[in-house]
Amino acid sequence: MTSTDAAAVPADFAPWENADEKPLIEFQNVTKRFGDFTAIDNLNLQIYEREFFALLGPSGCGKTTLMRMLAGFETPTEGTILLGGQDMAPIPPNKRATNMMFQSYALFPHLSVADNIAFGLKRDGIPKADIDARVDEMIRLVQLGQFAKRKPHQISGGQRQRVALARSLAKAPKLLLLDEPLGALDKKLRQETQFELMDIQEKTGTTFVIVTHDQEEAMTVASRVAVMDHGKLIQVDTPAGIYENPNSTYVADFIGDVNILEGHAAKSDAGCQITWAEGQPAINSNCGTDLSGKVHFAIRPEKITVSADKPTDKPNVLQGKVHDIAYLGNISTYHVRLSNGQIIKAQSANNRRLSRRSFTWEDDVYLSFTDTAGVVLAE
Amino acid sequence: MRRMSWFNVTSLTFGLAFLYLPMLLLIIYSFNESRLVTVWAGFSTKWYGELFQNEAFLDAALVTLKVGFFSATVATVLGTMAAWILVRGGKFFGRTLFSGMIYAPLVMPEVITGLSLLLLFIAIGMDRGVMTIVLAHTTFSMCYVSVVVSSRLVAFDKSMEEAALDLGCTPASAFFLVTLPLIAPAVLSGWLLAFTLSLDDLVIASFAAGPSSTTLPIKIFSSVRLGVTPEINALSTIMISIVAIGVITASLVTKQAIARAKRDEQKAIQDG
Amino acid sequence: MNMLRRTALILPPYLWLLMLFLVPFLIVFKISLSDIELAIPPYTPTYDPEKGIWDLLSQLDFENFIFLSEDSLYFKAYLSSLKIAIISTFLTLLVGFPIAWAMARAADHWRPTLMMLVILPFWTSFLIRVYAWKGILSQEGYLNQMLMNIGLISDPLVILNTNIAVYIGIVYTYLPFMVLPIYATLEKLDESLNEAAVDLGCTRTSAFWLVTLPLSKPGVIAGCFLVFIPALGEFVIPELLGGSNTLMIGKVLYQEFFSNRDWPVASAVAVILLLILIIPIILFQKNQEKQEAGQ
Repeated sequence: MTSTDAAAVPADFAPWENADEKPLIEFQNVTKRFGDFTAIDNLNLQIYEREFFALLGPSGCGKTTLMRMLAGFETPTEGTILLGGQDMAPIPPNKRATNMMFQSYALFPHLSVADNIAFGLKRDGIPKADIDARVDEMIRLVQLGQFAKRKPHQISGGQRQRVALARSLAKAPKLLLLDEPLGALDKKLRQETQFELMDIQEKTGTTFVIVTHDQEEAMTVASRVAVMDHGKLIQVDTPAGIYENPNSTYVADFIGDVNILEGHAAKSDAGCQITWAEGQPAINSNCGTDLSGKVHFAIRPEKITVSADKPTDKPNVLQGKVHDIAYLGNISTYHVRLSNGQIIKAQSANNRRLSRRSFTWEDDVYLSFTDTAGVVLAE
Repeated sequence: MRRMSWFNVTSLTFGLAFLYLPMLLLIIYSFNESRLVTVWAGFSTKWYGELFQNEAFLDAALVTLKVGFFSATVATVLGTMAAWILVRGGKFFGRTLFSGMIYAPLVMPEVITGLSLLLLFIAIGMDRGVMTIVLAHTTFSMCYVSVVVSSRLVAFDKSMEEAALDLGCTPASAFFLVTLPLIAPAVLSGWLLAFTLSLDDLVIASFAAGPSSTTLPIKIFSSVRLGVTPEINALSTIMISIVAIGVITASLVTKQAIARAKRDEQKAIQDG
Repeated sequence: MNMLRRTALILPPYLWLLMLFLVPFLIVFKISLSDIELAIPPYTPTYDPEKGIWDLLSQLDFENFIFLSEDSLYFKAYLSSLKIAIISTFLTLLVGFPIAWAMARAADHWRPTLMMLVILPFWTSFLIRVYAWKGILSQEGYLNQMLMNIGLISDPLVILNTNIAVYIGIVYTYLPFMVLPIYATLEKLDESLNEAAVDLGCTRTSAFWLVTLPLSKPGVIAGCFLVFIPALGEFVIPELLGGSNTLMIGKVLYQEFFSNRDWPVASAVAVILLLILIIPIILFQKNQEKQEAGQ
């Protein structure tokens, strides 16, 4: 990294693309088994300094185990985890330069907000004046000035979340681990807090690893997202990369809404053609790699245009009937039934008033999309 | 508010009357003038006076308190350790045997526990006295303590301990700085339970006690075997009152604590 | 290091229980297979390290158990203990269930107080609570006085020193053990289950029999075991309230040991009592595990 200013992250922050960059954390062929159950399956991963890295997946996919291995609460059955080039295995949790923010917050109920934040500093035998200064700084950072003397049960859920964050940041860890940090907050507060988290991460320059099952949260906060399933990494990429170029139907389906059509691909002049159902026109797409044979075509609903008149300028046009309309205020999702019974979801922004919509239930409509709108996937 | 049916009111009234009338009668007749305990002959506190003159009772009470204090304290330490092992100890050699030995004394008839301990003391040639009663009481009450403490530990959020480790505590300091303060109420009630069980125990103490060491229950038992006496009524009244005051105070304190926690929570919601 | 610390934590309670719980049992077991002797300790053989363990084992025999099976006193005592324990468990259930039911139906702010009222007697001396009934049940006791005063009877009833007094004593002292587990299950029952049953055509009474009672089964079973198991080996209640013909095995064991000083027979009585108790204890454990698994 070239920038010397700790508070600024360059816009083109992408150390994972730089082959010379040394990763902060490196998982090398890590496997973790609990009895017969394999929680982490021969996993390799690099996380770089100052990243905001999200581990995303359904419950039981191994994301929490991965995080607990970083914190030192679990040891790998096989393989090594390096932090700054050093093998972490022999280092107990209390000696690691990592701190964790727990899903339940795990605030000590018998200690005040300030004492909770000071807890870790006191363990290091820092002079009292320094501890007080650091606690003050943390309390200011999370804007809890007036609550310093209160006990955890005397503050609200959102405030508790900030105390937990301040406590885990107080020791200025090289790496902060956040286990579903916003899971206990309601939706509105969660969205506000996501931006605060990003702010704090930028201000402190700490590397954050967050575990979440909420894909929206992962997309919002993270510089890179790792989608996990059954102890394996399915895809590691930037949020945009994951959304636009999923490498599998699993990822495409897990992140956001998607239509998945099963078919056979064959080379054509403009790319490839996918025949997918009898009586339906083949889909023209620019298959990225040399895919042929059985494939899946994944396309996001917002990339499909719904119209009453047949569009002439689009390479792909399908015809169907409006089966259902989900009105969400800003957008509407149309469920369109094709003649073969397949339902396709299409989304459009409601930029006109509802009464001026030119089609409704049971109307014949056309669905159209470009040849770059979807992705062709092997599985 | 739900209305209580007459049936429920009746069962509660009769149930509570059944539980409390015998004790109430005992208390009332401890103030009876007459030595004939079942005939009321006017109010008097003379049996209390006589009780405090009776050195045998006072000595026995002292022994009982001593035994109760020491056995409850040792039992609390061992029982808390045992609870921690059961809940957090993971696997170790003989774990099933260990948990069996924790739960078995809870359901073991006292005559068997007493008999077996007595035979042990004789087999190893240990003189019976205060020491052997303390050993016997500690053994069965540590099991009660461990049940009370482990039920608290099970409900305890394990990530509290992990958070302490994460913030730099050694396992020992995590226990003393975080776990112990949080399970303290359970440890305290474990101690009280052990203390009460020790004060209450007749059967095991009769096996474990030597001729020179008589506890209060042994003394009471040998005198009530023959019949009802007003001194014992007076003694019972004192014991019942102490327990009643203790339990009622404890429940009032808890009630207030709960009310305060509720108020705090409401305040937190308003502030938040 | 970690292993060492853990071992240091496990060892004290483990060794304590081994030395003061398990070893004593083995001693009881051994003595139950020994012969009585007019000496201190009043049994042979004693373990002599020079002769080794095999010499000791060769002298053990089952004659005390044969003696127990031949003398009908012991057999009757076991049977009578079982009978008394079963009857009084059933009576405790009859008295305890309505109380638990009423507590569970009481208004929320009453429940902690009612709980405390039921638990409080448990903290007071067991001995004193049993003793209190001596004054009530004796011939010139409060109960007879009252009944005679209101003219219900002309001659005092003989209750003290009979099995009836033992039943009353057991019901009274173990009532909290029955009420609390039943209350715990009833309290968790969703009121809307009952409402659903009524909505589907039950009367309030049939809803109770068809819905509430089956769902309260775990609490009832737990309560019954908590009363039955200690009642079976009870000593204080039959000694203070029962008569000379009230036979209970705990009392027999006590007398065998302290009055007859026949340690081998007393130990054999203890071993058999334990064997009788093992089945209900295992059943109780199974019930508890099932309940925990259900939660």
